[in-house]
Amino acid sequence: MSGIRVLVGTRKGAFILTADGKRKQWDVSGPHFAGWEIYHVKGSPVNPNRIYASQSSSWFGQVVQRSDDGGKSWEAVGNKFDYDGVPGTHQWYDGTAHPWEFKRVWHLEPSLTDSEMVYAGIEDAALFQSKDGGKSWGEMSGLRKHGSGPHWAPGAGGMCLHTIIVDPSNEKRMVIAISAAGAFRTDDGGETWKPINQGLRSQHIPDPVAEVGHCVHHIAMHPSKPETLFMQKHWDVMRSDNAGDSWTEVSGNLPTDFGFCIDVHAHEPETVFVVPIKSDGEHFPPDGKLRVFRSKSGGNEWEAMTKGLPQADCYVNVLRDAMAVDTLDKCGVYFGTTGGQVYCSPDAGDSWTPIVRDLPAVLSVEVQTLA
Amino acid sequence: MSLLTIRVELPGHLRTLAGVSGEVTLAVASPVTQRTVLDALETRYPMLRGTIRDQATQERRSFLRFFACEEDLSFQGSDEVLPEAVVAGREPFMVVGAVAGG
Repeated sequence: MSGIRVLVGTRKGAFILTADGKRKQWDVSGPHFAGWEIYHVKGSPVNPNRIYASQSSSWFGQVVQRSDDGGKSWEAVGNKFDYDGVPGTHQWYDGTAHPWEFKRVWHLEPSLTDSEMVYAGIEDAALFQSKDGGKSWGEMSGLRKHGSGPHWAPGAGGMCLHTIIVDPSNEKRMVIAISAAGAFRTDDGGETWKPINQGLRSQHIPDPVAEVGHCVHHIAMHPSKPETLFMQKHWDVMRSDNAGDSWTEVSGNLPTDFGFCIDVHAHEPETVFVVPIKSDGEHFPPDGKLRVFRSKSGGNEWEAMTKGLPQADCYVNVLRDAMAVDTLDKCGVYFGTTGGQVYCSPDAGDSWTPIVRDLPAVLSVEVQTLA
Repeated sequence: MSLLTIRVELPGHLRTLAGVSGEVTLAVASPVTQRTVLDALETRYPMLRGTIRDQATQERRSFLRFFACEEDLSFQGSDEVLPEAVVAGREPFMVVGAVAGG
């Protein structure tokens, strides 16, 4: 029987939530790495028992952990992230030049075809690759050096590379996103990159349609339609049908188009989920109502999914990497909140149940569907 | 070359990461300095690399301090010989994290 493993990163450790395919009874394992910030935990699609975790702390810096038994035991692997060559500078908040400095790993993306290969998105923004299961890391410096790097500037959360999407039909094509630089794509396995921000409009930057400088919060793709990308920008929900070459806004009837997370239904490439957040100054849902909005038309027309979610006095946030889907039929949707709840919808958003209510603030949620 | 037995006290999170409890004892060749002690520590416990010193600059991480014999050694040169009581194994070299909380 199929099983589900939900990998949760929080401010104070990692948790692993497991259930059978009914998704009703859950076992909770953790905290793993208690007391450390776990920005991301993700399993290899090739070998689901191989799981990578980004463990960090203001005191002790960055550690990368790897499990080869589905999260029962862990081994610290390589944590040396040296920029390629002299890193140079990017823009600081005040517009001055600031040296590139490694701070932490925001996102770990295992390869779709090789369990030894994994990508890391780091702060200050750069893309790294390991070909030996995380033991050693090398920068894919074509991204940072393609030309616009000196003009990148941090968002409030830091200058982080937080989204890594590998095209399942062509592993040489990857899309990444950086706050607050924008989205970038390579078509040659990371040798060369180009900004893919045409159509984005950001009122808070000097040139609202600049080539770079947009605060992209997250991007999602359905594996059967890799040309179609959905983006939750700082403000605006966007879609592209040409792998990011151009974007159009699909915020439609959302109550607010600010937010962090976005994901796509496992079996319906035009069904998209977002969690609208009131504003960049008030990182909580509008009117104290936690609502997932679902569009079955690829955007523009959105419906509120509220059954089982708090509809009064709810002031949590849902961060960019804190939503995921499983591949069961019906598709399960999961998200975690800064209030420590992890919700599961076993029916594609129609109804929701908290798996856990009282974890530390949730930073990331990933889901593995196990055979 | 004779090796000296040096005692090192780690903060709790690093003891957990290294899988040790209590003090760590290390065999360190003379001269016993911050650098040689931390080099020996990281050789024996490679998972601690980068958690006490920045891997690129080898600078002490800013939320950590080094103490021994009731002295703050944080700003002592990394190649200066540690106090005699540490070299003799009577006192531990202490890695101390900034106090967390409000």
